[in-house]
Order: sequence, then C-alpha cells, then structure tokens
Amino acid sequence: MHLDHTHDGPAAVSADAHRPDGTHRALRIGLGGPVGSGKTATVAALCRALRDELSLAVVTNDIYTREDAEFLLRAAVLPPERITAVETGACPHTAIRDDISANLEAVEDLEDEVGPLDLILVESGGDNLTATFSKGLVDAQIFVIDVAGGDDIPRKGGPGVTTADLLVVNKTDLAPYVGSDLGRMAADAKAQRAELPVVFQSLRTEAGVGDVARWVRERLAAWTA
Amino acid sequence: MSRGALLVLADGRFPAGGHAHSGGAEAAVKAGRVTGAAGLGEFCRGRLHTAGLVSAAVAAAAVLGADPGELDLAVDARTPSPALRVASRRLGRQLMRAARATWPSAELDALAREFPKGAHQPVVLGLVARSAGLGAEDAAYCAAYESVSGPASATVRLLSLDPFDATAVLARLAPELDLVADRAVEAGRRVLAEGVDELPCAAAPLLEIGAEAHAAWAVRLFAS
Ligand SMILES: Nc1nc2c(ncn2[C@@H]2O[C@H](COP(=O)(O)OP(=O)(O)O)[C@@H](O)[C@H]2O)c(=O)[nH]1
Ligand SMILES: [Mg+2]
Repeated sequence: MHLDHTHDGPAAVSADAHRPDGTHRALRIGLGGPVGSGKTATVAALCRALRDELSLAVVTNDIYTREDAEFLLRAAVLPPERITAVETGACPHTAIRDDISANLEAVEDLEDEVGPLDLILVESGGDNLTATFSKGLVDAQIFVIDVAGGDDIPRKGGPGVTTADLLVVNKTDLAPYVGSDLGRMAADAKAQRAELPVVFQSLRTEAGVGDVARWVRERLAAWTA
Repeated sequence: MSRGALLVLADGRFPAGGHAHSGGAEAAVKAGRVTGAAGLGEFCRGRLHTAGLVSAAVAAAAVLGADPGELDLAVDARTPSPALRVASRRLGRQLMRAARATWPSAELDALAREFPKGAHQPVVLGLVARSAGLGAEDAAYCAAYESVSGPASATVRLLSLDPFDATAVLARLAPELDLVADRAVEAGRRVLAEGVDELPCAAAPLLEIGAEAHAAWAVRLFAS
C-alpha cells in the first residue's frame, strides 16, 4: 500500500492544479459570509463584469432550496449549463470546509461539460462568521459582510473577517440609514487583517463590483502566470 | 485487518459526502412516520435489515473479490427508485475521491476509470476497504452502521432531537448490527461461489417511495 499521491489516475483529487488530462484547471474563488450580505448579488455582478473576457461558471451551495441558483438563472447572468447547485444537508459550512466532495464534483463536472473554464465562483450557503472555505476546494476566498449587519462585525473578527483573501463590506449605500460608521469599520478591519485587502462597495452605485472584479483579474493573472 | 483503519473509514466525519444525505429520514419525518426517538429507532431497524443488509452484503462481496461491475448491476436491480440509484452513485463517487487520497491503489484507480460518474456506494466501499487493508467483515460493518448512523444524525437536525437519545438508539441497535454484518459476510461468500444472485434483496418500499417524493420537493434540507 502506498500513500503518496498519484497523478496518473482518471479523476483529479481536490486541490491539484492540473486536470487529469494535464491541462491547467480553472481558478476557484469562494464567496462566503452571513446570509443576506450580498454574496449572490456580488456573484451576479462579477459574472456580468467578467463574462465577456473570461470563461466562467458558478457553483451555489443553498441551505434548503435552489434559490441562489434560480436567482442567477432568472437574472440570466450566465447560460444555465454554467450554474450548478450543490445540496448541503442543513450544514452549509460542512460542504465548503469539512467535507468538500460534493463541491469538488460540481466544479469538475462543470469543467468537463462546459470547459475549458478560466474561473469558477463558489458561493457558500451563508452561515456564521466562522465559516471559511477549505484550501482543497478554492484557491482564494472573498468574505462578504454588509454595513446593515452591524458595524461591529469587523471588530469582532473571526476566521472569515480575519483571514479571507479579500474582505468585502457591502451595501455602503445603506450606511446612513442604519447608522453604520464606515470609518470605524475600515479601521477595525485594518486592525484585524493587517495588509490583507478590504473593499467597501455598493452594488446600487455606478462603481458597483468594479474593485472586486479588478481583484479577481489580478488573482487570475497570478494563477495563469 | 487494522482496527485503526476501520475507525478512520467508519468515522461519520470521513469526508465522503454522507453529511448531505438523510437516508430517507427527511421524507419519513415529513410524512409523520418519525416524530421522536422511538420512531427513529423503528425507522433505523427497518433500514438496517433491508437497505443496510443489502449494502453490507455487496460491500463484503466486493472485498472478497467479486466482480465490481456485476455487483454494480446487482445494486441497480435491487434499487427500484431512480432517485436512490442516483444518490448511491453520487455517494460512491464521493467516497472514491476521498479514498483515492487516503488509501490510493491501482484497484481504486481502475474502478474510477470504469465508473467516472460513480459506481454504487457499497461496491466502492468494498474496494476502499480492500485498499485500506480491511476485510469483508469490516466493510459489512461499515455499510450496516452507515445505514443507521446517517438517518440518526439527520433526524437530530430535522427534529431538534436530543442528540443523546439519537445516539442511544444507535447503541441499542448494536446487537442487530452484529447479526446483519454476519449475514452479509455469509452472503458475500456465497456470491463468490455461486454469483451475484446470492445477494440478499431485502427491500423497504416506503424508503423507495419516500425517496421519489423527496426528490421532487422544492424545499428540502438533505439531498436524499
Ligand atoms: N442596498 C443594497 N442592497 C444590496 C446590495 N447588494 C445586495 N443587496 C440586496 O441584499 C439582498 C440580499 O442579497 P443576496 O445577494 O441575496 O445575499 P446573500 O444571501 O449573501 O447571497 C438582496 O435583496 C440584494 O438585492 C447593495 O450593495 N446595496
Ligand atoms: Mg446567496
């Protein structure tokens, strides 16, 4: 019995950067964060911003419906064959962190069926502040919170806020209505994350998802370099 | 056999996709057939002696060296519900992925190549047990135990059941697990001598019907 990895087998095992046929696989970016913070809206906006320049697909992890996948389908941000919903058995963080097999199957099937792909966005089912993606599933992760969830969330920290490759503070347009102090959120995020980047965005304004799209392009350039 | 390897494979946290499946418990809860620990006990007993026994026998036969392709067809024949056949193959594929990282072997590579979208889970389980250096009895125990541990943990989430009560249900079933594993290994040996028709074909019609209904729901917590 040998316990080293085999690279000549018929199906890729988790994080391997190459597909079984030897080609480079797509970059996989996870989007996590609390329910309602704007993950699906960010995914939709990213698809609109990037679909003309990249070959894209999306995996959603809904908690008990196919709502997110259906929203993306209705919004027609991508053709239906590029959107897959994974069922998470009442435990969204398990499916992105502890047992990633169903998600890996989804990303592999997408690459087999609509590939070659440049980028796959994996949206988590929405969970608490401790839910992060396994490195076996994604190459980078974005944690999406919003100003309406309380401006003390960056201060509280937690694995998502502290360690995500990009922290997005969404719905800045709502800050005046909910009394959130954006300056304080920025300072707290900086204290938690040191040099890791933070983007403040409102999808209701002209700039929209622009900063996040730029960050994704940079990641992709590094991935294919 | 290595008792350590057996514990790794039988661990409910072994990352092979099982957490997203209720083993029919979600349908049974919705239909009002399982409302508490007593009902869960009856449900699990029924599943153990039907789907559990068949899976355990298939897994045992696979460890003993029966032809995986023939076993796979035999599972198809013993699984009337298309939704359950899909779930079983999906779980087989996920187990294959985890096992090829944990106990790689040429035999697993070959099975993955033959069934890129997944062989039935108990067939894969048998070959995984072989790769892990385990025997037919070990694989039978894993299959039999999984047939009840999945529904029990799902019911804890579905009914907010007291987790101690749910675990006590499993503990009470231990003597019957022993019995089912024994029968499964015997059947596995007969398969080797006389072919796959020797596999048990104990069925639970409500599990099959419930699975079909469940697959059509728009809102559900579990994949099956
Ligand atoms: N005002 C405002 N609403 C937003 C913004 N982004 C998302 N939303 C809304 O917030 C709600 C939840 O967004 P959704 O993307 O479904 O959240 P998810 O649960 O994180 O996927 C939806 O009604 C969105 O339209 C934003 O920047 N500003
Ligand atoms: Mg969403």
